[in-house]
Amino acid sequence: MRVNFTVNGRPQQADDVWEGESLLYVLRERLGLPGSKNACEQGECGSCTVRLDGLPVCACLVAAGQAEGREVVTVEGLAEHARRRAAGDGTTARAPAGTSLDEARRWTPAPGGPGAQALSPVQQAFVDAGAVQCGFCTPGLLVAADELIERNPEPSDADIREALSGNLCRCTGYETILDAVRLAAARAGEAG
Amino acid sequence: MATARTPAGLAHGTHGGVGESAPRPDGTLKVTGEFAYASDLWHEDMLWGVTLRSPHAHARILSADVSAALATPGVYAVLTHADLPAATRYGLEIQDTPVLADGVVRYHGEPVALVAADHPETARRAAARIRIAYEELPVVHDEESATAPGAPVLHPGRDDDHAVHVAHPNIVHRQPVVRGDVAAARARADVVVSGDYEVGMQDQAFLGPESGLAVPAGDGGVDLYIATQWLHADLRQIAPVLGLPEDKVRMTLSGVGGAFGGREDLSMQAHACLLALRTGRPVKMVYNRFESFFGHVHRHPARLHYEHGASRDGQLLYVQARIVLDGGAYASSSPAVVGNAASLAVGPYVVDHVDVEALALYTNNPPCGAMRGFGAVQACFAYEAQMDRLAERLGLDPVEFRQRNAMAQGAVMPTGQVVDAPAPVAELLRRVKARPMPPGRPWETAGGAPDVRALPGGLSNTTHGEGVVRGVGYAVGIKNVGFSEGFDDYSTARVRLEAVAGQPVATVHTAMAEVGQGGVTVHAQIARTELGVTQVVLQPADTRVGSAGSTSASRQTYVTGGAVLHACRAVREEVFALGRARLGAYHPAWAHAELLLEGGKVTTEAGEVLADLADVLEDEVIEVEREWRHRPTEPFDLRTGQGDGHVQYSFAAHRAVVDVDTELGLVKVVELACAQDVGKAVNPLAVTGQIQGGTVQGLGLAVMEEIVVSADGLVRNPSFTDYLIPTVLDTPAIPVDVLELADEHAPYGLRGAGEAPTLSSTPAVVAAIRAATGLALKRVPVRPEHLTGT
Repeated sequence: MRVNFTVNGRPQQADDVWEGESLLYVLRERLGLPGSKNACEQGECGSCTVRLDGLPVCACLVAAGQAEGREVVTVEGLAEHARRRAAGDGTTARAPAGTSLDEARRWTPAPGGPGAQALSPVQQAFVDAGAVQCGFCTPGLLVAADELIERNPEPSDADIREALSGNLCRCTGYETILDAVRLAAARAGEAG
Repeated sequence: MATARTPAGLAHGTHGGVGESAPRPDGTLKVTGEFAYASDLWHEDMLWGVTLRSPHAHARILSADVSAALATPGVYAVLTHADLPAATRYGLEIQDTPVLADGVVRYHGEPVALVAADHPETARRAAARIRIAYEELPVVHDEESATAPGAPVLHPGRDDDHAVHVAHPNIVHRQPVVRGDVAAARARADVVVSGDYEVGMQDQAFLGPESGLAVPAGDGGVDLYIATQWLHADLRQIAPVLGLPEDKVRMTLSGVGGAFGGREDLSMQAHACLLALRTGRPVKMVYNRFESFFGHVHRHPARLHYEHGASRDGQLLYVQARIVLDGGAYASSSPAVVGNAASLAVGPYVVDHVDVEALALYTNNPPCGAMRGFGAVQACFAYEAQMDRLAERLGLDPVEFRQRNAMAQGAVMPTGQVVDAPAPVAELLRRVKARPMPPGRPWETAGGAPDVRALPGGLSNTTHGEGVVRGVGYAVGIKNVGFSEGFDDYSTARVRLEAVAGQPVATVHTAMAEVGQGGVTVHAQIARTELGVTQVVLQPADTRVGSAGSTSASRQTYVTGGAVLHACRAVREEVFALGRARLGAYHPAWAHAELLLEGGKVTTEAGEVLADLADVLEDEVIEVEREWRHRPTEPFDLRTGQGDGHVQYSFAAHRAVVDVDTELGLVKVVELACAQDVGKAVNPLAVTGQIQGGTVQGLGLAVMEEIVVSADGLVRNPSFTDYLIPTVLDTPAIPVDVLELADEHAPYGLRGAGEAPTLSSTPAVVAAIRAATGLALKRVPVRPEHLTGT
């Protein structure tokens, strides 16, 4: 079957999709977006967390066909999502696809490695706080944490733990992940 | 060993060097989703490989019919044992593991056949069409059944090094450690405590599944992109299976989503290469979580019997212990795990009279091998339980009793080895005990309604505080660092220094497996410190450079870090020689002063700048490759266990604070404080991350994690639905106290840090639960029914 949906603001079309394929498989294997991870493929670990029409979901539990006509945000689009949110564009999902000519002309290579200036506050906080070790849980945690701060800009520790309780991490013991979310929220508070 | 010196004349040393919390070089890629893990790899025309596994724990294969699978559209190859081109067995130490089952399966989930197809689901469905006729065989599942008269022998005709000294062919290896005179000490003891303990089978549960991509090459060889812990050990095992010389099997490390010991043994490496060479197409294999539980070895479950004797004034007089580890169907690293369990069985205490034996069994249970803590975890759970019981019998505070018997530098291990580096066991205990206690009844709020998230049971809303009892427990442990017992444990590093666009740039190339621990960060830090450069390029880890050994045994910062350090110092000497030749005439200091590389310049020790490093180098490229070894070790005597078997010892202590709902048997760990000596924190943020991560894996073993294997050898919970690892809701605050007491034998004085915190976490949590409930709790993980007696 053919599935049409929007991923990170761009219309996407996947062909020859087998009916049993998950949204995760289509993102990873058909659309070249392997950022969402495949740690359990049974909805327990949260490493494949994406936004589906704004809601955080495990992409492994969403049949690809269920995404028809809907808006998906993955870790690859998180920085852009955060940028548009910060710019006050409430219709982030409906923003025009791709890079505008103006944006392209303004682009300069970022010092400090690929995408160094383009990170969202949550992404930067994960790097700064040491919340990344093997990093396999990181994409899902970032999407979940970004969604938490979007709806609750000043989360308590209990709020953070509750919001991230569907995301397993085996390396960090979660302490630096809590640090990162606190840091991202604090920076957003200062900036706002 | 001297650490980096900063000349007085430069206001700032080289930024991002040793001792700083330098950011991970792969951090940005990991937060943007661009970092390529093994399961993310893709190749044009790539096929997907899947494995058919045994549904039985022990069975004879009567026949195999692959015709229906081969006839499935989209299927390119089906392989069984009959199709193997060369060596049919492999193994880390003992080559007892079939590449594909050879007439017999010896554990539930053993690989039997492989399929390559153009879609993973096509491959899975084809694998389901393979018809294997099995005749089930009797199963051995514990010491009694494995060594009973007439027990089925799992590996008849063993010819490995251990076969000659074990009492039964179903015993992989046995190691006694005998010192002093236990019988005489027992006669003098005022207090004797004995007990039987049990540790369940823990899984590494790394999140990135076993995966890799094998690409056949025009020269008849294969390129393998793989998530592993040790490229060269894989290569040594894969090449004979493929019937290829090692130079035709080129391996490159891809992104690794955690390891914790579970990637020390081969999983899909040889399988993917076999399918690629058979089909002439690139083949990707990715296990799902269900298969991952069958696809790697686990932590040995153990039964431990301990007897401790002490004098009335609280001095340990003797320890007698017997540790039986279940190695499962194949040897994996069981012999080395036995050596660790035996040599570390007494813990970080001074005991003059010791009689210990540790052994590992062959059974039809899942194979067990390396997991973080490696034999020391099981012993620590038991000896720390014993220490609490002794303290109670003696009427002593459990921390004070431990401190009275704690080893210190100069102590003699039960193996006779002198601990010749700092061993601040008493101080670590003092530090965790001195911490302020977390407030009681954390669920109480100003508004009156309890915050159930702070209670055992959490949002299940099972209590509002009634029946909840607090407990506090302590534990301390000892772990060896590096490969032991005479193993030639070396690492190789290649370091290049050149000027690029007028700036000095160092390039570091090793085969070290970065599995998340941050070795890549540390290598760049070492190069910055030793070469005084800011820009360090890290080459991908591959087999074009010599072995870096395994990313295990807490050894990579020590050993591969040591290799990078010595390669850098050799490069530095060449820079100085070059500078003397080119510029020596202009300044006498080139010939006479102690020279340094700092901030991109050559300086004197006093801080006088002699030249820009780039100007010294000009177009010269300096490249050095160095192998580096730590101090040699020796095997343990097979009869007495005596010998300088270990390289270095690592120590951590924990204090656990728990709230237990005694009516429902639910445990909430409130705080799990750790103090650890790391010698030198090369990257403090990464060290803290290791300590906290290891602590939580220990918590998991204490109250949640166990692979449940039935008496017929079947794995009952191979999923994250049924095998529970701690979530952020199960995890407490983990305050960490890092000591830096230098070990003069190690680079920068550092001490391997990754494993020690995994040891003492488990017994500390269980001690706290015992304190809250008064129960004996001799088995981990502790389950609710153990607390309620239901």
